[in-house]
Amino acid sequence: MERHVTTPITREMARTFRCGDSVYLSGVIYTARDAAHKRLCELAAQNKPLPLDLKDATIYYVGPTPAREGQAIGSAGPTTSYRMDAYSPTLIALGETGMIGKGKRGPEVIEAMKEHGAVYFGAIGGAGALLSGCVKKAEVIAYEDLGAEAIRRLEVENLPVVVVIDSEGNNLYEQGRRNYLAAREK
Amino acid sequence: MREVDAAQITGIVKRLCIETNCCLPGDVRERITACRACEDWAPAAEILDRIVENFEIAGRDQVPICQDTGLACVFLEIGQDVHVNGSLTEAIHEGVRQGYTEGYLRKSAVRDPLRRVNTGDNTPAMIYYDLVPGDQIKITVAPKGFGSENMSQIKMLKPSDGLEGVKEFILKVVEDAGPNPCPPIVVGVGIGGTFDKAALLAKKALMRPLEERNPDPYYQQLEEEMLQKINETGIGPQGFGGRTTALAVNIETMPTHIAGLPCAVNINCHVTRHKTEVL
Repeated sequence: MERHVTTPITREMARTFRCGDSVYLSGVIYTARDAAHKRLCELAAQNKPLPLDLKDATIYYVGPTPAREGQAIGSAGPTTSYRMDAYSPTLIALGETGMIGKGKRGPEVIEAMKEHGAVYFGAIGGAGALLSGCVKKAEVIAYEDLGAEAIRRLEVENLPVVVVIDSEGNNLYEQGRRNYLAAREK
Repeated sequence: MREVDAAQITGIVKRLCIETNCCLPGDVRERITACRACEDWAPAAEILDRIVENFEIAGRDQVPICQDTGLACVFLEIGQDVHVNGSLTEAIHEGVRQGYTEGYLRKSAVRDPLRRVNTGDNTPAMIYYDLVPGDQIKITVAPKGFGSENMSQIKMLKPSDGLEGVKEFILKVVEDAGPNPCPPIVVGVGIGGTFDKAALLAKKALMRPLEERNPDPYYQQLEEEMLQKINETGIGPQGFGGRTTALAVNIETMPTHIAGLPCAVNINCHVTRHKTEVL
């Protein structure tokens, strides 16, 4: 199914996505990768306020290249998601409902997605130049010292993603491969 | 003896860093396009179309193909009859520094593997020196992204594991990696040498043009067989299913010890970048 969706994604909305859906995302999303996730979880462990509101938030695992004059952002494709697995259950419990990355997720993340209602989207890995065009505005809102790994607030238009894992735990990496191999057998 | 100024090296490394991050090598572009033509699974074909569109945009607008502009791996073949005035090593680091800063490339290097503070200019370069006959210097810059680097493995197989052991290990590495290294991938394999030499062979295998097979028919056959086997796994582009899991399998070998069979598999994503210049 093809869907055009504007953020924020509520818990209820997150549960309506199905593995394999082709989604065009618009609205505000946030960037964070390894170092930023670590800091957010350290703050959460100490019950300190976070630099962004995670309620119904979508986080894009990306460390963009620097923007040239006149560009909102440089190359901006997804990074591999499993490195965030240690942190994602905490962020999901705090309100995160959407994750954009690429690659497999661990069982602890999938359990948290089922429990709270969250969705894992895949963007095309290595297509940073193409995806860059969907980012209309980018602003660093925290951890500027981390450079490419700083947390940015992005305004995106029709960012093409696919639902890889839905809130019921269905997984496109398993289903897509199975479907292809079954079709080839025929 | 021929004399070369270190500053010339800096200029070349800088230019290669910028060019190779924005413009995919011709052989990789051609192979992706050819695989797209053979891809009979519609969702996979659509992803390959977007991958082609991406490298076309990157080349046209001079935007990095991928945001992971990598650690800068720099390979030098230095003629024995050439002398560099100044520090060659520092000249290479300076080229990386200038290329990544002035070329709007991402700075992805941390100073220490555990304490993890970004160096801010993507130095140090990962430098590999080889001495060769002659008076020229051949410089190759091959930025290596870590989505695929992290999926690479090495195994010290036993001689009794033999050819079957090597085949099983290569397939295991590709299966373990699954969607993570951004398939379609290029698989670099190094067999023989020592623990470290096998890994270096695997890395160098990634720079061999994709249309070029191993000159030894034995290994040429193995490359072709492994490519076919990998493309029968059904992992497909991005891991969403399909025929095109790998673009090529390049195998490099060298002599080894009577007790050993080292085998390294270095994976690269579809953004397999490298560019060479001879000074």
